[in-house]
Amino acid sequence: MVEIKTAKTHKGKRELEKRAPKLVESGKKTLILHGTKTSGVLNAVLKEIYHLKKDCAIKYSRKNENIKPFESGGETSLEFFSLKTDCSIFVYGSHSKKRPDNLTIGRTYDHHIYDLVEVGVENFKPMESFSYDKKLAPKEGSKPFITFVGEGFENVEELKHLKEVLLDLLRGEVVENLNITGLDRAYVCTAVSSNKVFLTHCALRLKKSGTVVPRMELVEVGPSMDLVVRRHRPPNDSLRKEAMKTSREKPKKKEKNVKKDAIQGKIGNIYIPDQKIGEMALPNKAKGIKRERREAKLKNESGEHASKRKKDD
Amino acid sequence: METQKLFQVDLGHLMAFNPHHSFSSQPSSREDLVNECLQKGTELVQAITDSLFNLPSTENVDGPLVKLPPPVTKLPREKHLPRPKPPTKWEQFAQKKGIKKRKKDKIAYDEPSGTWKRRFGYDRANDEDAIPIIEAKMNDDPEEDPFAKRRDNKKKRIEKQDKNRLQNLKQAAKVGALPSHVQLAATALPITGTQAAPKKVTKDELGSVAGLAATSTASGGKFDKKLPGEKTARHQGKYRKFLPVVEGSGIGSQEKEQTEKVLNKIFSKNSHNILNVDKAINTYNVKKEKKWRSEKAKASATGSKLKPQKKLHKKSPKKGSSKKGKSK
Repeated sequence: MVEIKTAKTHKGKRELEKRAPKLVESGKKTLILHGTKTSGVLNAVLKEIYHLKKDCAIKYSRKNENIKPFESGGETSLEFFSLKTDCSIFVYGSHSKKRPDNLTIGRTYDHHIYDLVEVGVENFKPMESFSYDKKLAPKEGSKPFITFVGEGFENVEELKHLKEVLLDLLRGEVVENLNITGLDRAYVCTAVSSNKVFLTHCALRLKKSGTVVPRMELVEVGPSMDLVVRRHRPPNDSLRKEAMKTSREKPKKKEKNVKKDAIQGKIGNIYIPDQKIGEMALPNKAKGIKRERREAKLKNESGEHASKRKKDD
Repeated sequence: METQKLFQVDLGHLMAFNPHHSFSSQPSSREDLVNECLQKGTELVQAITDSLFNLPSTENVDGPLVKLPPPVTKLPREKHLPRPKPPTKWEQFAQKKGIKKRKKDKIAYDEPSGTWKRRFGYDRANDEDAIPIIEAKMNDDPEEDPFAKRRDNKKKRIEKQDKNRLQNLKQAAKVGALPSHVQLAATALPITGTQAAPKKVTKDELGSVAGLAATSTASGGKFDKKLPGEKTARHQGKYRKFLPVVEGSGIGSQEKEQTEKVLNKIFSKNSHNILNVDKAINTYNVKKEKKWRSEKAKASATGSKLKPQKKLHKKSPKKGSSKKGKSK
């Protein structure tokens, strides 16, 4: 007998609905984890990637024995973690004699591995080693500028792939409306040679240029590193086609409290909260409200009125 | 706008790409390389800002808001597109018959009390279950409890509705359009995709199972009809061998050796507590004491009569001393 299981609480139901497939997706979460062995460099790299993406990343600190993304059967527990944490990008660090300081970046589609890129980390410089004006420090979760330099990103297959993966990893939340004042960071990726990419993280300094558009200046805030491409596995063609599907229609928001009437046209209900006149704060300095003055006025009223009347007369 | 020809700018992702620059010669030092990269990056960032600040913006409390154009670079989705829910059996039927959904009033007229009451819930209108007296009819079965029947009917209706709901959900699950907060327990596996393939049964395993089946009759399979090509069952377990007990030149000594081996094993295991020196001394002392006591008792019983015997005993110095003490 099949049993129907539903969420027991409304909170649980909402949480599950967040994970349901959406018409327009709002950004991918990143899972950061490592294998049985990681070097100090790699630990720092994973930590700093986590710091850069803190608003939409989950970091696992335990060793993972049976994760080998490129081998068949080695992705099972990775796919399980992706399902469990609802993450669709993962950054997996491992360190071995054959592939020292190895970073595997991959994406999943429907919680199955979509593509993989493996890079080695060289010349890593952590955030702490950069000194700069702390006022410029980028805020958590701000939308970054992403720049790619070099013909390698267009000609070399691996770098082309890496470019797409890096863009997906670094782009942050997908937004439609952007606050221009919130822009404070940029990633610069440069293809130095056919298999090497220099990646650095910069803060932005806006300077006056005399026009509406400010002059931009980059201040390196780190981390910066060289990524040497090792193995990569591009997505399956059919899977790629499936994953690239988008819908033309926009998700409709339910219109509440609005009726359409043939005679009267559009009728809306408007809610006006109670005015609460009794609790209204009065200006303190009104002279008439002060009790002493009011009483004094009452006392003097008879005399004054008489004199005034006299004058009027 | 000449920069846009040079660079590919994707405003949706705030991304810019300079495909023309190439490092022909490796810069001499790391610093040079970083500086060159930053300089190129600055150009690109400037290009993005140029087009970004030229977009129409609306003023907000926090700052100017810009509506970004849709991104040019397509990135893969995270999950599949939401699939439409298939119509339920009732919805199909209603469609066929042209039945339209209409809203019922919240309040309905309650006949027994003659008032208006809520349609559903506690103290509802026309509540069948709240009728306290059911009038008997001529052709009613006297054995049957009408109240129990009423309860039964209600239960059955609920069961039927549950069954229909499950059927509809199963249909939805088939298409993959199950509502996200619903799970059908039979389909709820931790991972839907890569699972270990069921293990293939090897020839050996099949053979052993067949042998077991063939020997599971009263006669141990001896008088059963053999199928064409069927082999005799493989023997499971050990064959026991009994060596001859009688001493001889060849095999006879083997039996002795075997028992000796077992004995040696047991001895070697317990060698440390075969001789307990303390215990041995204790038992020796106790025995000696007992012996002495019994003899002493004998001596006292026949004391006066056997004096010369007593003298004989005096030979040991210990006994002599005790004797002396007693006499004093």
